[in-house]
Amino acid sequence: MKFSLRIASFSAPIIALAISFGLSSLILLFIGKDPIETFQIMFEYGIKGKSIVSIINRSIPLYISAIAVAVGFKMGLFNIGVEGQYLVGSIVAAFVGSQFSIITPLHILFIILIAVACSAMWAAIAGYLKVKKGIHEVISTIMLNYIGTGLISYSLTNVFDEKGSEYELPRTPELPETGQMPALNNLFRLEDLQDLHGFLFVAIIVGIFYYWLVWKTTLGFDLRITGSNPVAAKFSGINPNRLIVVAMVTSGGFAGLVGLGPLLGYFHRFTIDFPTGLGFAGIAVALLGRNHPFGMGVGALLFAFLERSSQILDLNDVPKEIERMLQAFILLIVVVFYEVIRRFIVKQQIKDASKKVET
Amino acid sequence: MNLAINTKNISKSYPGVLANSNVSVQIEKSSIHAIVGENGAGKSTLMKILYGMTKPDQGEIEVFDQSASMSSPKEAINLGIGMVHQHFMLAKNLTVLENIILGIDKPSIKNLGLKKYKKLIEEVMSTYSLDIDLDMFVEDLSVGEKQRVEIIKVLFRGAKILILDEPTAVLVPQEVNELFKNLNNLKQNGVTIIFISHKLDEVLEIADDISVMRAGELIDSVKNENVSKTELAEMMIGKSLPTPPPRTTETKQNKILDIKSVTSESVDGRKFFTDVSFSVFESEILGIAGVEGNGQKEVVESIIGIQNIESGEIFFNGENINNKTTRQRLESGISFIPEDRQLQAMIMDMNLTNNVIIGRQNIEKYKSNLATVKTKNAIKESENVISLFDVKTPNTNTLATALSGGNQQKFVVGRELEDNPSLLIASQPTRGIDIGAQSLIWEKLRQSRDNGLAVLLISADLEELIGLSDRIIVFYQGSTVKELSSDDVSPEDLGGYMTGLKK
Repeated sequence: MKFSLRIASFSAPIIALAISFGLSSLILLFIGKDPIETFQIMFEYGIKGKSIVSIINRSIPLYISAIAVAVGFKMGLFNIGVEGQYLVGSIVAAFVGSQFSIITPLHILFIILIAVACSAMWAAIAGYLKVKKGIHEVISTIMLNYIGTGLISYSLTNVFDEKGSEYELPRTPELPETGQMPALNNLFRLEDLQDLHGFLFVAIIVGIFYYWLVWKTTLGFDLRITGSNPVAAKFSGINPNRLIVVAMVTSGGFAGLVGLGPLLGYFHRFTIDFPTGLGFAGIAVALLGRNHPFGMGVGALLFAFLERSSQILDLNDVPKEIERMLQAFILLIVVVFYEVIRRFIVKQQIKDASKKVET
Repeated sequence: MNLAINTKNISKSYPGVLANSNVSVQIEKSSIHAIVGENGAGKSTLMKILYGMTKPDQGEIEVFDQSASMSSPKEAINLGIGMVHQHFMLAKNLTVLENIILGIDKPSIKNLGLKKYKKLIEEVMSTYSLDIDLDMFVEDLSVGEKQRVEIIKVLFRGAKILILDEPTAVLVPQEVNELFKNLNNLKQNGVTIIFISHKLDEVLEIADDISVMRAGELIDSVKNENVSKTELAEMMIGKSLPTPPPRTTETKQNKILDIKSVTSESVDGRKFFTDVSFSVFESEILGIAGVEGNGQKEVVESIIGIQNIESGEIFFNGENINNKTTRQRLESGISFIPEDRQLQAMIMDMNLTNNVIIGRQNIEKYKSNLATVKTKNAIKESENVISLFDVKTPNTNTLATALSGGNQQKFVVGRELEDNPSLLIASQPTRGIDIGAQSLIWEKLRQSRDNGLAVLLISADLEELIGLSDRIIVFYQGSTVKELSSDDVSPEDLGGYMTGLKK
C-alpha cells in the first residue's frame, strides 16, 4: 500500500475521536457544564502515576478479550460468548490452582493451561452446535453466557467454595503464594504505587502470537479468506465446518486468559466481585481496533483511560455517565469512518489499475 | 394487429458485452409468446428491460400502444406488466393471503384489512379460474402451488401482461401440465403471457408465437404452426459453426480423469445427473456442451469434491478419489477455474499476492515448516502470473477488486495453470470478458494442452467450445447423450442433442 493510503487509514480513528469529543461537549454544554474544564480534569487525573498503573491493569484483560473476539471476527464468526468463556475458565482455574502448590513458574503455567482449556471447551460447545445442528453462534454463545454464569453462582456456594472457612463467603480458596503472579513494580521502579500486574507480559505475548497466527500462518490465511468470501474459501479446498470449530476453540482459548490478569495479579481467588463484563467490552475494543493487534492495544488503553479518568467526575459534580456516552460515540463514528476510508482506498486502487491499463 | 408490447430496436450493452442488439419484438394481446434462446442469448436482459429493472441504451417500448419508459418495476406494474421470477419471492412463514398483499399498502398502524383483501383476491382467482387455499402457510405449499401464488400476486396487482422466467425449470411434469392449463385459462381471459424458456417441447406445446434470440439478437419471430422443432433448434444454435484450428500435437492414450457411472442428487432427492461416464485423456481438451442447468455444473463440482455423489467412481491418474477431500484433490494436481471468478475464485478485498495462494495454501511452495505462509514465494508467483498472462495491474499489492474483469480472469487462469497441474477444469473460462483477454486465454489453454495437460472445458459459448475442444460430449437432463468430434460437428446435430431433440 502506498504511504499516503496508510496515513489515510490511520486518520479514521483520529477523526472519530475528535467528533466524539465534540458531541460529548455539546451534551456537557446542554447540562450546563464546561466541557473544556471537564476534559481537563479527566486528563489531569488520568495521567497521574496511580491512574496509569490502574489503566494498564485494566487494559490487560480488555486487550486479551478483544483478541479473543477478533479471532472469530476474522473469519466472520461472532463469538459473543467470551464473557461466559472467561468466567468459566477463571473459576475452575482459581479453584484447581488453590488445591496444590509447586514452584511459581510451573504453578502459574498450570493455572493458565487450565483456564485456557476450560474456556476453549466451553466455546467448543457453540462450535459443535453450529456445525452439527446449524445453530447460529450468536444465539448459542449468548445462551451459554447465561448457563455459564448460572453454573458459576451455583458452584461458588456449593462446589468450589472455601471449605471450613469461618465466614462462609461465596468464594474459592485463596491461591497459595506460589500461584500468585509477582507484580512488576520493582522492574519499573514504581515502589510507591499499587501493583502493576505481571500479566502485562502475557498480554504482549498474546498480541504477538495473535498477529503471527492470523497474518502469518496458513491457518490464519484460511480464517481470513473464509471471513471475506466463504464460497471461494470452500472452492479452494477449505472445510468450513472444521474451520468453524478450530476458530471457536481458538477464540475460547484466548478468552481463557482474560480473567487471569485480575486473578493472578490482584484477587488471587474467584469471588462474587470478580470483574465481569470484560467479554462484552472486548467486542467494542475489537471493533475499535479493527481486529488489528496494535489497534486493539490502543483501543484497550483508550477505553481503560476513559473509565479510570471519569472516576474523578463525580467529585466535580459532573455525571460520569458522560464517559459511557463518549465510548459509544467513538464506536459508532469509527465504524462509519473505517468504511469511508476503505471505500476511498478501493477507489484509489481502481484509479491506479485503470491508469495501468491505458498505458 | 392488437399489440400488448411492441419494442423497436432495443439495445443494451454491459462492459464488454452487447446483451441486446436492435431487438424488435411484437407481442400480441391475449397470446402466449415464448422467447427461447440459450443462456446468455439476451433473454433475461430483454425481460429486465420490459419489467423496468434496467433501462435500454437505445430503442423504444410501447405498451398497449402507448409509448412507455419504465425506470422501475413499480412503473412496469402500473402499466400492467407483472413478472414471476424463477426464484420465488415469498415469505414462507406468512400465509398465502399475507404474501399476496405484502407491500401493497404503505406501512401504517391501520388494520391490515385481511378480510377485505381476501374477498378481492378471491374475485381475482375466480375470474382467472386459479385455485389456492389463502389461509395456508407458504412453507406448506408445493413448488407448483407457490408459483401459482406468485401468479395470483401479480394478477392482483392489476397485471395484464405476465412475464414468466423459465417457469417450468423448478416443476415436476404434473405441475407443468397444471401450469399450462392455468396459462391457457389466463389467455382466454385476456391476459398476455411472455414465456421465457429453452425447452423447445414445452414452448411448442404452449406458445402461440415464438421468438428466438441468439447472441443478443432477435433471430426471428414465428407462429407456432409454421415451425418445427428442428428449425427452432437450428435458429437457437446458428447455421454456421466455427472450424477448430488444426493441432500439431496428438492426444495421448493416458486416461487422466476417468468417471464411471456417477450419480448425484440434491438433498430433496432431485437428480442432478445420472449414470454419467466419460474420460479425459492426457493432452486433450474435452468440451462439455449443454444448455445450462442440465447437470454440467454439478458434475464439475463433484469432480473437485464439493458436490456429494450417490454412486459411481471418479478416478484421477488411475487412483480412486471418491473419498478425498477437496483440498487433497486440488493438491494432487487438479486445477479449477470456477464459472464465477468474483464469487468463487478470488477474494476481492485481498491483494494479488494473497489471491495467488488460494487453492494451494497447503503445498510446500507456500507453507513453511512452521505452518506460516511463504510470502516471498507468493509475491514471486504472482509477479510471474502477471507477466506471463499480461495482467494489467500497478503491482502485486493491488486489491483484486481494482482489476477489470478480463484482468481478473487472466490472473485466475494463470494461477490455475501454474504448478503444472495434470487436469484443468475450466468452467466458462472467458465469460463476460473482452476479446483481447479471451484470445490470450484460449491461446494459453491450447498451449498447455499441447504440453500434455488434460482439460475439461464447460462453456456456453459454442465458438469457444468447438474452437478449443478435441472431443465434445453433450449433456441433456443430467445425462451424457452424445459424443461428437469437433472437426465435423453440425449445428443440427449439436442443437438437436442439446435440446433433447435427438437422442
